[in-house]
Amino acid sequence: MTLTIIMMLPLLGAALIALIPSAQERLVKQVALATTLVVAAATLFKAMSFDVDNTELQFRQSYSWIPSFGINWGLGVDGIALVLILMSVILAPLVILGGWNESEGGRWGVKTFYILILVLETMVIGVFAATDLFLFYVFFEAMLIPIYFLLGGYGSGERAAAAVKFLLYSLFGGLLMLASIIGLFVISGQNGGVTFDITELSELHTLMSSTTQNILFLGFFIAFAIKAPLWPFHTWLPDAAKSGSAGTSILLLGILDKVGTYGMIRFCLSIFPDASKTFTPVIIVLSLISILYGAFLAIGAKDIKRLIAYTSISHFGFITLGIFAMTTQSQSGATLYMFNHGFSTAALFFVAGWMIIRRGSSTISDFGGLQRVTPIMAWSFFIAGLSGLALPGLSSFVSEFLVLVGTYTRYPVAAIIATFGIVLAALYILIPVQRALHGETTPGNENLKDLNLREKITIAPVIAIIVFLGFYPSPLLKIINPAAAHIVQQQGYSDPAPTMNGGK
Amino acid sequence: MDPYNYLYLAALLFTIGAVGVVVRRNAIVVFMCIELMLNAGNLTLVTFSRINGNLNGQVVAFFTMVVAACEVVVGLAIIVAIYRSRRSASIDDASLLKR
Amino acid sequence: MVTSSSLVYLIGLPLFGAVFLLLIGRKADKWGHLLATAMSAGSFVLGLLHFFAMTNRSTEDRAITQTLFTWIEVGTFKVDAALLLDQLSICFVLLISGVGTLIHIYSISYMSHDENRRRFFAYLNLFIAAMLLLVLGNSYLNLYVGWEGVGLASYLLIGFWNKKPAYATASKKAFVMNRIGDMGLSFAIMIAFATMGTVSFEGVKESVDRVGTPALTAMGIMLLIAAAGKSAQFPLQAWLGDAMAGPTPVSALIHAATMVTAGVYLIVRSNFVFDAAPTAQLLVVIVGAITLIFGAIIGMAKDDIKKALAASTMSQIGYMIVGAGLGPAGYAFAIMHLLAHGFFKAGMFLGAGSVMHGMNDEVNMRKYGGLRKAMPITFITFGLGYLAIIGVPPFAGFYSKDEIIATAFNSGGAQGIILGSITLLGAVITAFYMTRVMVLTFTSKARWDAGVHPHESPALMWLPMAILAIGSVTAGYLFTQGEALVHWLSPLFAKKEEYEELLPHSVVSILAISAVIIGVSIALAKYQFRPVAAIAPTDVSFATRLARNDLGQDVVNEAIFMRPGQGLTQGLVVMDEKVIDGAVRGIGAMAVGSGATLRRTQSGYVRSYAALILVGALVLLAGIWVVTQ
Repeated sequence: MTLTIIMMLPLLGAALIALIPSAQERLVKQVALATTLVVAAATLFKAMSFDVDNTELQFRQSYSWIPSFGINWGLGVDGIALVLILMSVILAPLVILGGWNESEGGRWGVKTFYILILVLETMVIGVFAATDLFLFYVFFEAMLIPIYFLLGGYGSGERAAAAVKFLLYSLFGGLLMLASIIGLFVISGQNGGVTFDITELSELHTLMSSTTQNILFLGFFIAFAIKAPLWPFHTWLPDAAKSGSAGTSILLLGILDKVGTYGMIRFCLSIFPDASKTFTPVIIVLSLISILYGAFLAIGAKDIKRLIAYTSISHFGFITLGIFAMTTQSQSGATLYMFNHGFSTAALFFVAGWMIIRRGSSTISDFGGLQRVTPIMAWSFFIAGLSGLALPGLSSFVSEFLVLVGTYTRYPVAAIIATFGIVLAALYILIPVQRALHGETTPGNENLKDLNLREKITIAPVIAIIVFLGFYPSPLLKIINPAAAHIVQQQGYSDPAPTMNGGK
Repeated sequence: MDPYNYLYLAALLFTIGAVGVVVRRNAIVVFMCIELMLNAGNLTLVTFSRINGNLNGQVVAFFTMVVAACEVVVGLAIIVAIYRSRRSASIDDASLLKR
Repeated sequence: MVTSSSLVYLIGLPLFGAVFLLLIGRKADKWGHLLATAMSAGSFVLGLLHFFAMTNRSTEDRAITQTLFTWIEVGTFKVDAALLLDQLSICFVLLISGVGTLIHIYSISYMSHDENRRRFFAYLNLFIAAMLLLVLGNSYLNLYVGWEGVGLASYLLIGFWNKKPAYATASKKAFVMNRIGDMGLSFAIMIAFATMGTVSFEGVKESVDRVGTPALTAMGIMLLIAAAGKSAQFPLQAWLGDAMAGPTPVSALIHAATMVTAGVYLIVRSNFVFDAAPTAQLLVVIVGAITLIFGAIIGMAKDDIKKALAASTMSQIGYMIVGAGLGPAGYAFAIMHLLAHGFFKAGMFLGAGSVMHGMNDEVNMRKYGGLRKAMPITFITFGLGYLAIIGVPPFAGFYSKDEIIATAFNSGGAQGIILGSITLLGAVITAFYMTRVMVLTFTSKARWDAGVHPHESPALMWLPMAILAIGSVTAGYLFTQGEALVHWLSPLFAKKEEYEELLPHSVVSILAISAVIIGVSIALAKYQFRPVAAIAPTDVSFATRLARNDLGQDVVNEAIFMRPGQGLTQGLVVMDEKVIDGAVRGIGAMAVGSGATLRRTQSGYVRSYAALILVGALVLLAGIWVVTQ
């Protein structure tokens, strides 16, 4: 089973759904769920044959697509891409199961909702697996279409405005990136044949002047910083997260935003190593601002989904910091962080979504005393929150600590500032926990129902993954480490040695 | 005879057509002016074909004629439809799209 | 005989209890508490077996390690999930699981009317597991997991009755202030890795002599911050008083006997770092000395029996921190005081719980009085703990505190004299406020509210108190018999430096006993032989008011951190909406505005469009003509 076939499976499912009469909503949902489960199983099976000791791209496939421009249908993964694909395909069935009834009452009906999700899954796999820059760009931009309709058609509140804001932000970044891609295309054409293959492009930097490199780098970086999102390109995220349904928000924050940070590793670093070095101080400062700024805004947030969005901004600050601190620890930590953030954010959004559906409000102060009314839901939220504040023993601690310790060895001051984020994290999680779960049960909440079986089945694997990886992250680290070390090495960095005299 | 005279003639015809399009209100007249401009173009093409001694210009002139014929079919149909619904063939009255 | 491979079960048993009881739900309400108690007792028995096995081994082979699996490995950063049981950790294992089991037994009765008793026991088990991990971890990062684990358990237990908003706030406050300490621990681990490339205790110990003093000083200070957060030491002490919101057994176990002493454990465990960083060591002593007096002063003014005891805990831990800061001479005594304190303070908290149980959950000591006759067993066990804490020979506190005071006096120079005097002053105040608690509660005239009928607690409650009281009587003697504890622990520490004795030990003992007599006499004069007002007098001196308000600790924290923090948050919220999002929306508005302007050219008249096209074409042609000329 090749990557292309795995990628096409969701499209196949979407085609099947299109054939089902729209009255049979149940069948539509079942087919969608079955498809994503098959995709997840196929990907896991494929991942078994991944050679962890090999730092090269694996499962490579390349077919000529537009020969006159040197564009190929090129797919392949390294450890980082594989981990992100795994995260996406595991989250997809959970999103469908968790938001079983989200599609009803949308603007275009149930069928369209699931077709959009499945099409999106194909594109997500494609964007992480693409080894051809042009192919990546096609997926990167095409992804906007399904998510735009998911946001605008199936959200709540000012969903249309949020969807447009998201689209415009993303298109702006995308166009900058397109300009840079064309620039690269021209340069590669001047130096021995046009190509979009990232391995070949990564050898091009020796032929570019530093100004060219810097300009092209910025085109890519801004696009990814908007996607990630990094301060100050973040304001679309809280609006989108608030307006989207819980499932959409998970797809958006949990999966799509990772494309930004993934892109920084895959393209910014490997194609423009010198420019990356030039901009590292700026990016580290932006990351630190994101960490603290996101945390403060999360503390001040009154809406539960906006709060989760702001915590994500803080967490993406950690990820970017890890990527650009350029030590094996921080680099591995950043990728692990992306994976863990997917699940802890998913857990938070799932529970928040269920709370909102039950209460009919997303304002934190409308909840209160839920621990006594709906204990299982309250516990799920609490554990998800603990994962958000990176409690040791839960998966996000491992990644956050790796980022911090790795950063400290190269940029101690940055690591120290970032560590203040962990105190703020305690506040932004425990304040909503206290308001929503503790205290007297506020009027209107007395008869809320606890999680049903479907919801329990959704949240259980997420929490299981969070706890398991907290104690035993090795399976993932084994996949990530060689790729992360390879990137650090490729950039011409090596880990700082212990500073003591006569170190071992 | 100097082939450049044909070019002058074509330029004259084109100018008449262009001025007609800009100043006249009646859709039929505007339409005829457009035809005039197209034919001015055709004349230019044929003339250059003659000057340069190859057939490319003449071939393109045929294309233009075909396009012009299609345009007449569609354009007249639209004008007739507008006249029927609005009882007027003035193009200034058909400015609804700006709203 | 037990081997190292069974170490994991020390933690595993209570962890299983916690997870099982939380997952199974209400089905286990009838027997959940028994399972939890059994798990804790199982840990204790296993700990005892390990203790005996350890005593049978020669000194060099006493420490054993169990490596479970590789936890994190990235590049040179490698941390195993590994447990280390040595002479130091076994002391803690026995204290935690022993006192823990007693408190489990006590809670069966104490919490019997609470509908969430099963959940309470699950939390207690979770705490035992986390605390054991804290003392058994073989590296700073493993310790960190336990460190935050006990923080979580403490958060859950303080907020156990979180229906009351104040209690929920107290639990949050404890967690957040602890997190500030945790940040210190994070920094310490980062420094260790960056300078030595390892985070295990053994690795750091081996590398210390190759590291420059500045790095070690920084690491020591960070460890001190961590210890201050967890052990409620100045300036991170403010959470402990509020933490008394939790059920009393929790206060006894977590906020008196075990968790709050984790800071002392951390400093003693890191002795190799502090020995090489004198500045950090000095800071440790200073922090300990300040807290010692700080807590004692607050203790004098509190009318809430649990808060008075909490202030006392703070002060006693101050003693331990001072001991730990005195270097190789003091480590063993810090641990000795810690263990003794574990007995007598846990016993007294349980006694306080017993009193509250009999007095309809009244905590105000001014409403107590005369309970000596109504609750004789509680009176005796509490009294024994009282004698131990103020340091009456031959009770436990006498030996341990005496040693710390003597070591302080003998630590050399002016520092020795100042420090000795402070610890001695602390002893006077301790005797005063503890006598006050004793008198107000048990021996003064009854000042009960109407309808209160004090009664002795059931056997399930007084039995643990009795056992702890026996501990408070005998522990000191056992530890010092032939310097047993000092010898037991000495292989872990650097050799004591020989020093000139400023004061001989006997003189210090006499001084300490006189301090106790002074303190007790003042308190007796003030409370035993004069009537006590049932309502706290309000026309008191400024100093008293200050002490009642915890010496303004909350005011300071609010003024320096909370309000500016809230202001910053509000400011950033506004800025995000107005400035950053405003800029984005401004660009949007600009696009719409320019569109509206340009729209005017779209008149809808075909002729004007045609004219424009014509003009455009002419301009283009002219342009081409100009360029090609």
